Amino acid sequence: MKSAVIRFPGINREDDAARALRLVTGRNAEMVWHGEGELPSGTDLVVLPGGFSYGDYLRCGAIAARSPIMEAVGVHAKRGGLVLAICNGFQIACEAGLLPGVLMRNAAMHFVCRFQHLRVERADTPFANAYARHQAIKVCVAHGEGNYVADEETLARLEREGLVAFRYCDARGNLSEAANPNGATNAIAGIYSENLRVLGLMPHPENLVDPLVGGIDGRGLFESVASALVEAA
Amino acid sequence: MKARITVTLKDGVLDPQGKAIEGALRSLGVDGIASVRQGKVFDVELASADPERAKATLNSACERLLANTVIEDYRVDVI
Repeated sequence: MKSAVIRFPGINREDDAARALRLVTGRNAEMVWHGEGELPSGTDLVVLPGGFSYGDYLRCGAIAARSPIMEAVGVHAKRGGLVLAICNGFQIACEAGLLPGVLMRNAAMHFVCRFQHLRVERADTPFANAYARHQAIKVCVAHGEGNYVADEETLARLEREGLVAFRYCDARGNLSEAANPNGATNAIAGIYSENLRVLGLMPHPENLVDPLVGGIDGRGLFESVASALVEAA
Repeated sequence: MKARITVTLKDGVLDPQGKAIEGALRSLGVDGIASVRQGKVFDVELASADPERAKATLNSACERLLANTVIEDYRVDVI
């Protein structure tokens, strides 16, 4: 399994993503500068990590989405390559058109940094096969702009086609207003592309891979990718 | 040639920042404001002196970067 973690200026969770990949898959990820025109050959998984690319200037992720490397990431996604877009990476993926919709300012205006449970909406995907459907997993969130918004038609399509990956929930897996940290429509925490090969999510699974920091529920996501790639090989 | 680009949120898109500003104006005692929506203004200097070409350049700038047309509208004024 060959992973490439993209480094944009102002990103700060790239090493967390690389560490999670190393812990779970036993292999080092390649760190790729955003100014590169090509991904390393044979890349299976591209990670767009979290942080504050370009200081969130203009709109979160807007400038990073126009980086040279994003063309190569678009080609990779088009030919069915896996893309994991976390937090600011999710914002970048939406701005780049890899995923529909947009992440708006949190409804309550606060930056939210806390542990957060997610309900796994489906387990038959390359990113969630190590989980069970409707399992509640504990990860964390850290963002000021995570309020997922899309036009009605897009939302209806995401729901109809089962493209919602994760929803914010409480520890028992129940959806509620209190469990939704940012006011996201339909409690959407993450979505898939139509072919299920691109996942964008606001929470940080890469930070819950070590018991030292309070849980290892995030590991399953990386295990899922690793086993999906083994199966495909 | 100069131009001003105004980017505003589409109707119906929630604007928590506008709401917070609205509340602050109210608490300052500025009366008579029904609602506030926050937007962005870009003042641009253009290399070209041809207004038609300038408009085309600016529209492309808005579509490709300055506005996210999922949630925002834009207006270009050549001045």
